[in-house]
Amino acid sequence: MSEDGTHPAGTGFFTSVDDVSAKLAEAGYLASPAVATTVFLADRLGKPLLVEGPAGVGKTELAKAVARVGAARLVRLQCYEGIDESRALYEWNHAKQLLRITAGRDESWDEARTDIFGEEFLLTRPLLTAIRGSEPTVLLIDETDKADVEVEGLLLEVLSDFQVTVPELGTITATRRPFVLLTSNATRELSEALRRRCLFLHLDFPDAALEQRIVRLKVPGLDQVLADSLVKVVGALRAMELRKAPSVAETIDWARTLLALGADTLDEAVVRDSLGVILKHQDDVLKATRKLTLT
Amino acid sequence: MTGADPTATDVREPVHGLPERLTGFVQALRDHGMRIGPGETVDAGAVLAALGLTDRAYIREGLAAALLRADGQRAVFDATFDLYFPLGVGTPEAARADPGAEPTGPANPVSPTNPTDRAVLADLRERLAEALAADDRSALTQLAGEAVNTLGRYGSSPAAQGWSAHQTLSRLAPETLLAGLLAARRAGQSPGFTDRLDADEIRRRIQGFRGQVGTEARRRAAELRGTERIAQRAIAPSTDRVDFLAANRDQLAELRRTVQPLARKLATRLAARRRKAHAGRIDLRRTLRRSLSTGGVPLRPAYRRRRPGRPEIVLLCDVSGSVAGFADFTMLLVQAMRDQFSKVRVFAFVNRTDEVTRLVTAGSADPAALGRRILTEAKVLGFHGNSDYGAALGEFADRHLAAVGPRTCVLILGDARNNGRDPNLPALGRIADRARRVYWLNPERIELWSTGDSAAHAYAGLVEMHPCRNARRLGELVARLLPV
Repeated sequence: MSEDGTHPAGTGFFTSVDDVSAKLAEAGYLASPAVATTVFLADRLGKPLLVEGPAGVGKTELAKAVARVGAARLVRLQCYEGIDESRALYEWNHAKQLLRITAGRDESWDEARTDIFGEEFLLTRPLLTAIRGSEPTVLLIDETDKADVEVEGLLLEVLSDFQVTVPELGTITATRRPFVLLTSNATRELSEALRRRCLFLHLDFPDAALEQRIVRLKVPGLDQVLADSLVKVVGALRAMELRKAPSVAETIDWARTLLALGADTLDEAVVRDSLGVILKHQDDVLKATRKLTLT
Repeated sequence: MTGADPTATDVREPVHGLPERLTGFVQALRDHGMRIGPGETVDAGAVLAALGLTDRAYIREGLAAALLRADGQRAVFDATFDLYFPLGVGTPEAARADPGAEPTGPANPVSPTNPTDRAVLADLRERLAEALAADDRSALTQLAGEAVNTLGRYGSSPAAQGWSAHQTLSRLAPETLLAGLLAARRAGQSPGFTDRLDADEIRRRIQGFRGQVGTEARRRAAELRGTERIAQRAIAPSTDRVDFLAANRDQLAELRRTVQPLARKLATRLAARRRKAHAGRIDLRRTLRRSLSTGGVPLRPAYRRRRPGRPEIVLLCDVSGSVAGFADFTMLLVQAMRDQFSKVRVFAFVNRTDEVTRLVTAGSADPAALGRRILTEAKVLGFHGNSDYGAALGEFADRHLAAVGPRTCVLILGDARNNGRDPNLPALGRIADRARRVYWLNPERIELWSTGDSAAHAYAGLVEMHPCRNARRLGELVARLLPV
């Protein structure tokens, strides 16, 4: 499924949905059918994948796993409030341009002008870097919702046509499409225009069976029975309408804690003492204590 | 996947009728308020071509990826998907093989008095208990099909026939299996810490089974009456479009769960508006003063700075039974956004007014009980239990008017149904004179205003009144109306 012209649009990391599950599992990421299907489609159709979901369910981890599978370079753009073109796309190296101008005093204006806007003076930022490379690339645009609305406009050209226009140099088109993954915590609605260009995946907490496998993969020393009851308790906590539901990352932390404490079964004392590992608000701890009838 | 090429021509090719089915599916989703353009429909076609038609679960996820744009839409999507891409057609296979459940027989094939039918019912219940204990998904799906087939049919003439999930579930009564299942579980193993969670776990499985029965009944009904009609009527709208006044208990609980995310979104939107409001406006006087130092040329313009003061909010809520769901939701929402305002005060009334700010603050820990606590702990009821807007507004204007100042935005929540009493317009006028803004959010649609005992238009003459029937609309109004 490589560059033989059959699927020119896609990145060609995977051959089928089951292939995705198997390869991601090898790379240490256990994918639910929903994740495997959408990753396969993003790969095959060559569309960016927008992953939305609560913190700590493995959105960023997914991008890293895909990069490992495809033996691809991971280019990461971390969004924050106030990020702009010069941080996301490219910037001219002004200091170097000045040096160049002072170094060549005697040459004509035309020579200097064409020269200082050349490749040498271009500082590529993540989006341009991801487009220009010829090796397989995974572009991770992390926490897209933290960026300002204007930045979304910047992303549109990159995401729909995989090209970037630099006025002085012309349009740079990707020779090889990167696998693009955007993550969002849904603190604000992303614009329709951006959503339209992406495949959408809502990544929620995994079901009990999957979470058990994840915990056992990440914390190998953990006993099967303990993992089972651990996941059950976390599931019950998530059903409780807490201020912050425990995420997968916190389940793993808890498993590590229990392992360190040397607990081989869950009992009231252990749960009560280690509840702080999974719950991050005092209200939540109180509520959970009451509902789990810990005395 | 045998060399299928996802180009535009191939998308049309698979099994005859698939494009029609896909567009019908998209149409049904649009009827439920999802904005899906033709571009997405084409994507969905490409998805089908890339995935093939071998695995239904993959197709479901694939179409969701191409067509959905927000997570709140998933429930509606799933129900519609089950109608347009059903698991099977007609009587489920297991039931067809079973001669005891003859699908062409008379209506009400199982009657509780008939001994053989009772045996059928007992058999179903027994197998259901096994499947629930083992959490066997495929067996549960199959059982849902059989149960609807044997227990869910009603009506004798072809025109009045149908399949009812309600009837199936009331005859099968899956909840009554809970105690038996728990006992069996306890007997099998030594007591452990997670035993206390078993009941909830099994309740969740039973709830899931009820959902499957509903899906199956809708599928059978769709075969009788046409998929489009059932897709329109029998699928519950997504949570943010549920009418406040028509919401049932589960939907209200679901709504309360959306309070925090919604509050967070609104807060970012308000913050963005606030930032915008800061920028721009040139302060002419200061710019001119500065320009003197540069020989009269305004090199450095001075911008007008806003006072950092944040608005104060006063909520005045009708908490009588008819509109309580709406009031609860809004109170929790405003409370969740309290860091956006310098002061939030909440007053509740039925026919008397009392401050409940303290109760609402404490209530965010346990939102379900909020309404009951307000009714028992605050003085909102006089000698009778009917709402009286005139008296309540009057009391607010007399006793609590100090809460309203020139920086206050007052939100009044209620349906303005006054039980025919005096609307007391002067009292509302006094509040409006003192406040910076007064808005009235009415959970009834605009056509119902001033019908019956509603004094909506009388009040709407004095203050701005907006219809606000669901959470989505409330979010829009809050983001637009509140001052920055």
